Amino acid sequence: MSDAPAGRQESHPARPDADRPGTRPADDDEVSVVAYPNGPFVVRGNFRITGPDGETIPQDRRTVALCRCGKSTLKPFCDGTHKIIGFRTEPEPPVR
Amino acid sequence: MTDTLTAPETLIADEAASAPARATAATVARGDVVDQYPMALPAARGPVSEALFAALRGETGTDAVLAAAVAGVAATDDLLRDEDLQLALFCAYELHHGGIAGVDERLEWDPELIRARTVVEDALEDLLRRTVTLPEAPEPTAEAVSAALFALAAEDSGPSLARFLSRKASLEQAREFLVHRTIYTLGEADPHSWAIPRLTGRAKAALVEIQSDEYGEGRPGRMHSAIFAVTVSAAGLSPAYGAYLDVVPAITLASVNTMTLFGLHRRLRGATVGHLAAFEMTSSIPNRMYGDGFRRLGFDADATWYFDEHVEADAVHEQIAGRDLAGGLVEAHPHLLEDVLFGAAACLAVDGWAGQHVLEAFTEGRTSLREPLAPAGTAA
Repeated sequence: MSDAPAGRQESHPARPDADRPGTRPADDDEVSVVAYPNGPFVVRGNFRITGPDGETIPQDRRTVALCRCGKSTLKPFCDGTHKIIGFRTEPEPPVR
Repeated sequence: MTDTLTAPETLIADEAASAPARATAATVARGDVVDQYPMALPAARGPVSEALFAALRGETGTDAVLAAAVAGVAATDDLLRDEDLQLALFCAYELHHGGIAGVDERLEWDPELIRARTVVEDALEDLLRRTVTLPEAPEPTAEAVSAALFALAAEDSGPSLARFLSRKASLEQAREFLVHRTIYTLGEADPHSWAIPRLTGRAKAALVEIQSDEYGEGRPGRMHSAIFAVTVSAAGLSPAYGAYLDVVPAITLASVNTMTLFGLHRRLRGATVGHLAAFEMTSSIPNRMYGDGFRRLGFDADATWYFDEHVEADAVHEQIAGRDLAGGLVEAHPHLLEDVLFGAAACLAVDGWAGQHVLEAFTEGRTSLREPLAPAGTAA
């Protein structure tokens, strides 16, 4: 099965709050923080992470994931541990 | 064993050096730029690879390969573990990647070779589609697709090889583990990159964002393939691409061939996307264990950099891959949902079998390779 009709194109404005890459603002000073369900905060843009004394925490990549579950061994960065501990960002569905 | 291999060339240069200095493949240090050159043609493992290699060396016409491939596929009782067919497929694919030393580059698009390769590819795809169990299809939304992929990856019987590496593996076993990994990792990320021109919009931006990180964001010394060469070199192994092709078993090749099968076919772009998502989702936690294992064995921070890097990198990638790449693709093209799930399930199944092969050999105290390596510290 292929897409129909041929040559169809769809476009939609990239919401500033959209949880997607490719929406990095034209203004590079702007930072986007995306809260991924049951996972970390993913941060893009021109930012610097500092410790409590103001010293810069080395950051090796443009896009980083910040720990949200509190159990990462690489804090402030995410190391995937939220998956092991079953961390949830949404309330559990009611039990019926 | 390794001293009988004709090591292909690896060119290593210090990133800061103005002119790259040619070096043997003995050592790669942190930050080095690693250029790989075409691998040597390996030894044939049966009639199909024999027919293919004779054609690649120009000894016979390429039209003789098809009959061998048809007969090979008809005769095999387990294509995933068929040494002859997996090696032949790997080398047929290599014409599209790094090339093979002494082989006419025009053979990449030789119709007869493509025809023969297609016979093996169709059999592999058919086998995977028959063997792999797909999860129940989620709604075609980014959120539901991502959640379904994370759930599938979580079911993966997974990190038992990683656990063995972290706690028990001997130095020799750790070196064997690296040898299996060289086949993919010295060209890390390449098979999935084939999907870039086949995607658009949100999924394309997501794939490029992940792959850019894999390729060092413009810094060659940070390419994951180069960082891995540091680890390989620290273990006294050759970081030259394909140096260990003769000693890895079919199931290791099957794991890479599955990625390339998906990557080279636009038709299977959904499977490539699903494969990458599952790959990323089963990476950060095992890599932490691999790093622990190599630290336990006395490897330094430069040598474990590759694993440590992947703990952090893949915790980012798995989010982007699940929601933006796979989810974004399915939202725009809902008919690709099933292939996304197929690619993810195939990744988990095949890589699971490859890991199981190595783990079984290790726990039974035998080599996981076709021949044991020369011990560390002896002439390689």
